[in-house]
Amino acid sequence: MTGALAIVDARLVDPAAGTITRGNLLIRDRRIAATGQFDLPPDAETIDAGGAHVAPGLVDLGIFAIDMPAFTAGGITRAVLMPDQSPPLDHAALVQRAAAAGKPDVWVHPLAAATKGLDGRELAEIGLMKAGGACAVATGRGWIADSGVMLRVLSYARSLGLTVVSHAEDGGVTTGAVATEGEYATRMGLPAAPAIAEAMAVARDLMLAEQTGARLHFRQLSTARAFDLVRDAKRRGVPVTCGISPAHLLLSDIAVGGFRTFARLSPPLRSEDDRQAALAALADGTIDLICSSHDPQGPEAKRLPFADAEPGMAGAETLLTLSLSLVRDGVVTLPRLIDLLSAAPATLLGLPGGSLAVGAEADLVLFDPDMPWRIDSDHMASRAGNTPFDGLPVQGKVIQTIKGGVLLR
Amino acid sequence: MSASFPHRHLTGIYGLQPHEILFLLDEAEQWIALNRATSKHDDRLAGLTLINAFFENSTRTLLSFEIAGKRLGADVVNMQVGASSVKKGETLIDTAMTLNAMRADMIVIRHQSSGAVQLIADKVDCPVLNAGDGRHEHPTQALLDALTIRRRKGRIAGLVVAICGDILHSRVARSNILALTTLGAEVRVVAPPTLMPAAIERMGAVPFHDFDAGLDGADVVMMLRLQNERMDGAYLPSPREFHALYGLTPERLERAAPDALVMHPGPMNRGVEITSSVADHPSRSAITEQVEMGVAVRMACLDVLTRRRRGVEGWA
Repeated sequence: MTGALAIVDARLVDPAAGTITRGNLLIRDRRIAATGQFDLPPDAETIDAGGAHVAPGLVDLGIFAIDMPAFTAGGITRAVLMPDQSPPLDHAALVQRAAAAGKPDVWVHPLAAATKGLDGRELAEIGLMKAGGACAVATGRGWIADSGVMLRVLSYARSLGLTVVSHAEDGGVTTGAVATEGEYATRMGLPAAPAIAEAMAVARDLMLAEQTGARLHFRQLSTARAFDLVRDAKRRGVPVTCGISPAHLLLSDIAVGGFRTFARLSPPLRSEDDRQAALAALADGTIDLICSSHDPQGPEAKRLPFADAEPGMAGAETLLTLSLSLVRDGVVTLPRLIDLLSAAPATLLGLPGGSLAVGAEADLVLFDPDMPWRIDSDHMASRAGNTPFDGLPVQGKVIQTIKGGVLLR
Repeated sequence: MSASFPHRHLTGIYGLQPHEILFLLDEAEQWIALNRATSKHDDRLAGLTLINAFFENSTRTLLSFEIAGKRLGADVVNMQVGASSVKKGETLIDTAMTLNAMRADMIVIRHQSSGAVQLIADKVDCPVLNAGDGRHEHPTQALLDALTIRRRKGRIAGLVVAICGDILHSRVARSNILALTTLGAEVRVVAPPTLMPAAIERMGAVPFHDFDAGLDGADVVMMLRLQNERMDGAYLPSPREFHALYGLTPERLERAAPDALVMHPGPMNRGVEITSSVADHPSRSAITEQVEMGVAVRMACLDVLTRRRRGVEGWA
């Protein structure tokens, strides 16, 4: 039994109810014991929020590195780890070890590799990995080219009740590409692939998901045509969901100008038309969640010619901050944003979290949505500062991350 | 008027104003006479060290820069680094910093990756000249091509220039599109769809897949080397088919303007993108003249970009 902790004078952002209410929140025994107006127990330690917002801690689906300081700085209380580790998470023991890596602070939920060595050929021991703590199955950074293998991955995962997290880019079309085909890639002489590579992969995987009845989640989509396909599939009742990163909502391929390797991402940044389509898909509910795709890459991987640099950005600690701009721009409401960042990914993978209900685990983030600061890649909590938003003045900062009632920051 | 050339490096044609390009061409003119004289020496770069760091194999461009540097009196050091030994990691930046620490006064870089030259230019104190980076830019090639055209045609503005061949992988095409459109030419690019970059029209060039249509009335026909390693499988069915559809033959050349100039940055695949009788045509072909202009243009660039360091004023 731990002592009680009361957060007083807060704005409670409840994604389930879609409300923001002013009140208090009481934590006892690692769980939420009361919310709203209540008498403070005499034994409670008190935090005066001073009108700051309290929301369920963020659940970040699809991070590539366990980076505790970055998660804590970003208000992330559960991180869903991609199987692209060294070695790949294709064995129950590896999954078990990864699942224990973040405790007690931030809980890491590993995704099982769909195929051995993530090579797209042979099914990995998905059932044993589920028993070892894997919360879903993932194809990793790459696409499974063999449609027969993907069919079996989906049907096998369905029998185990596991969602399949897919990377949607047709590898045959994107071979060697480091950018989206278009004016910028052409001017800069960068190997590029057409944006339809994404929709092609989505179309195939959707058909296979329909065939098998498996739950399919596209980790990150970024193109208008892919969103159209997902929108249609949802209308037909296909159990499909998709995510996106703030970078793809806020930046277009213009950002790769000057060969800025921090803007080399996977999938690559798209055209302005696709970015606008992403905003529309977020607003109409086609996009189910926002994730950071946190992938810290040091200078050894980024201080290179653009095509030689590794893709990926350090996104965990700026996930909430950057996403808050969507609220200010009127794309989504704040409770909806918290749903996208917390409740939706938790529900999708059957994880605890994403709720301010009494009895829920006290995984919380206390934040000021208006606090101004400047993103500085040289001074980040993350293991590496590879963010394309380096130098950007932003609003909204995490004040405190609380995991199971324990103050982390 | 600025006291010195407003660009510290020459990483590309992109960003150069028309009068800046013309200034470099005018400067190059003066070196043509020197290069044709018996004594080809000028000491204005005496005491300065020019390092040619070539991370990608090259004979012609390296030789051209070496001769340009030596004729201006510089101490020239050539560094040919195997493409595989220095590619990744900190090595490229380490190399840049090493060259910087050795107090190079000018560095000429060729690299197989687009943007590599900019990466080095950001790290060193002296002027950096791009001798070709990936499929991005090859600015001195575009300048020497523009000089060749201007000398043969008397002007660039208003001319129709057709650039034909492997546009997708060509840094020469990109730099030439930028230079020639900036100077007022109408630029067409001709290639099969597999070798045509997306949105090339946004760079100001008009794309053609039909070679004959692209050649129609052209004042200049600039052929590009087809890289043999790309000849099979994914990009093209065969060299034979490419030659049939996109090879410049005497018959095809008839489609162009009667006095059309034939150009090629070399090295040529004779019998593939160009036939020998066209390449060696005494009056139409400007291919050897391009090589000559290359030395003059590179001398001009080395001179102009080191003026600030040498305390020499004036550029326009």
